Amino acid sequence: MRQYLSGNKAAAEGARLAEVKVVAAYPITPQTSIVEYLASFVANGELAAEMIPVESEHSAISATYGASLTGVRTFVASSSQGLALMHEALFMASGLRLPIVMAIANRALASPVTIFTDHQDSLAQRDTGWLQFYVEDCQEVLDTILIAYRVAEDCRVLLPIMVCFDGFYVSHISEPVDVPDVAQVREFLPEFKANYPVLDIANPKMFNVMAFPQFFEEFQRDKHESMVGSEQVIKEAMLDFERIFNRSYSMIETYCTEDADIIIAGLGSMMGTVRTAIDQLRSTGLKIGMAKIKSFRPFPYQDLAQALKGAKVIGILDRDISPGSTGIVYQEVLATLQETPNKCIVDFVLGLGGRDVTIDTIEKATGILEQVLSGSELKRRVIWVDENREVLDIWKVGETNVG
Amino acid sequence: MSVRIKDLPLEEVVAPGRGGCPGCAAVIGARMVTKIAGQNTIMVNSTGCMCVNYGYAGAPLFPYVHSLFENAGAVASGIDAALKADNRRDDINLIVYAGDGGTVDIGFQALSGAVERGHRFLYICYDNEGYMNTGVQRSGATPYGASTTTSPLGKISKGESRPLSRRKDMVRVMAAHGIPYTATASIAYPLDFMRKVQTALAIDGPTYIHLLSPCSIGWGIDPKDTVKVARMAVQTSFAPLYEITGGRQFKVNLRPVNLKPVQEYLSMQKRFRHLLDDPIELDIIQRAVDENWTYLSNC
Ligand SMILES: Cc1ncc(C[n+]2csc(CCOP(=O)(O)OP(=O)(O)O)c2C)c(N)n1
Repeated sequence: MRQYLSGNKAAAEGARLAEVKVVAAYPITPQTSIVEYLASFVANGELAAEMIPVESEHSAISATYGASLTGVRTFVASSSQGLALMHEALFMASGLRLPIVMAIANRALASPVTIFTDHQDSLAQRDTGWLQFYVEDCQEVLDTILIAYRVAEDCRVLLPIMVCFDGFYVSHISEPVDVPDVAQVREFLPEFKANYPVLDIANPKMFNVMAFPQFFEEFQRDKHESMVGSEQVIKEAMLDFERIFNRSYSMIETYCTEDADIIIAGLGSMMGTVRTAIDQLRSTGLKIGMAKIKSFRPFPYQDLAQALKGAKVIGILDRDISPGSTGIVYQEVLATLQETPNKCIVDFVLGLGGRDVTIDTIEKATGILEQVLSGSELKRRVIWVDENREVLDIWKVGETNVG
Repeated sequence: MSVRIKDLPLEEVVAPGRGGCPGCAAVIGARMVTKIAGQNTIMVNSTGCMCVNYGYAGAPLFPYVHSLFENAGAVASGIDAALKADNRRDDINLIVYAGDGGTVDIGFQALSGAVERGHRFLYICYDNEGYMNTGVQRSGATPYGASTTTSPLGKISKGESRPLSRRKDMVRVMAAHGIPYTATASIAYPLDFMRKVQTALAIDGPTYIHLLSPCSIGWGIDPKDTVKVARMAVQTSFAPLYEITGGRQFKVNLRPVNLKPVQEYLSMQKRFRHLLDDPIELDIIQRAVDENWTYLSNC
């Protein structure tokens, strides 16, 4: 059935359709309404689940992994400060190999405080052993949550997954969304049954015991190899999703890349803007294309290399920064260079703390990429493509406005 | 409810072969708990001595998870909710066994939230009055005057400086949450402790037991004296045995016929050695203990 849903409602609908049994979440802008929708589903009997109104995000993820370890399907949602507070327990969820799915309405991290979007919060959790999918619109939010459960619960994977979407731009924007019916969803995502050890009186096991050096590394290696191997599982799940729901997804989504000299790559809702900008730029004769990185973990190196194969210059849009180094996505793409030699890769940091990424922004970045294409050298490793020149000296601004 | 020794099962659910220190009261306590709870138990352990001394040989015969240091209450919440959602709650005993650091300090929020939400679980804090696993640092439960590595003796320090009257009183703090049952207990009074475990496990809601657990290394006592020291803590009313039902009804479980001077308890432990020939300090401690005992006796 077609409904008009915000990204947050779509996320909650995804959890409802997955028939999760336990939800534990704590409110934070811009994720809050996900928690509220789920509470109302439970209150109205539309979702037969236990909702735990925890007292913090640390407890949200802790209660979730406790529940997941007891052998039921679980859902959790967070953002920004809340996600950062979860950090320690994120390793527990992946180390215990629990198929938890978490929705993340991306938001920048303080200080200074902001409630607006960038990808710093989830990218800072890159190495916690969670798969990470970045999605662009409300339909993709719902669909990707279903795909995430299917992948996480596959015995070849058994790892938790974050489904990330931009705060406000996706979380609070409403769009028509096809909401599948439960029977269809069950065909894609069978009823959950843990076919691995859980907290079970009939089959008692100890969890999270001490691993000495002769074991520890192999635990990490297995996690890594399962994540790498999950590429295959994700692809199978996406194909099956298309068969049942007639909507197709891929780990790297390309647009106009076949003949492109310039390709722009990045994550999240801004890639929709890039698509529109490309249409405009193409009409002026520029051979430009786009690669949207939907799966950031596992990072699909080969698929990305394949998509970038023909390009001479590549621009990375980083809605994040690793201070003292570069944008985070840039570093990942650099690692594909082995597979795609002789390319020039430019890092644009943009859209931090909710700064709009507009068609203008993309055209500005493209202008720089065109210069590089015609041979000019860049002086900086990181390009702040949409810098606000009036407040570049933030110390001065502080003196006059804040005192 | 009452517990008789002859009714206790002979089988050991916490298997022998553990790597705990000789005389570890927390291990003794765990054995008593499981004599009552049996195999129909899921246990959550916060980080501390108990999660490392299981080893592999000493694995319990029931499902067990070492949570993290500060989240045992939250993990138990999730287990309780999942059992309910999965129609498996039945009469499974869900027990948290956590140190005083994991309870009084870093895990306080998760515990408070879990009991406030009303989950069904028994939280037992084995209180060895410090962070023992990391080598004897002070906690919010360390008593006045005790020397630890972070409240050390020094030229201008006599050990832990926070007055005894301001030590975080977890039993009353938990009772203030209005939960059905909270109690203190001691490994030196096993039948009393086991009756309390039995009482708590029968309740459909959050319950809390605070178990005084002397630590030979941290307290400076001979391993063979763990139980003796625990008994003296009760007989001097340094650690009285009482329970609170419904958050209000106090009941003192043991009133020693002749209360012993607190000096007899302190002098058994090297951590208080420096106070023993200081009559002023001894008087300060004795008065705080007396005040607490008078308060309890009048409850
Ligand atoms: C978040 C976090 N901080 C610190 C530690 C280090 N640490 C491990 S056990 C422990 C002390 C535990 O004290 P307590 O709860 O009293 O248990 P005990 O060691 O006395 O059994 C500390 C500080 C940790 N594991 N996790």
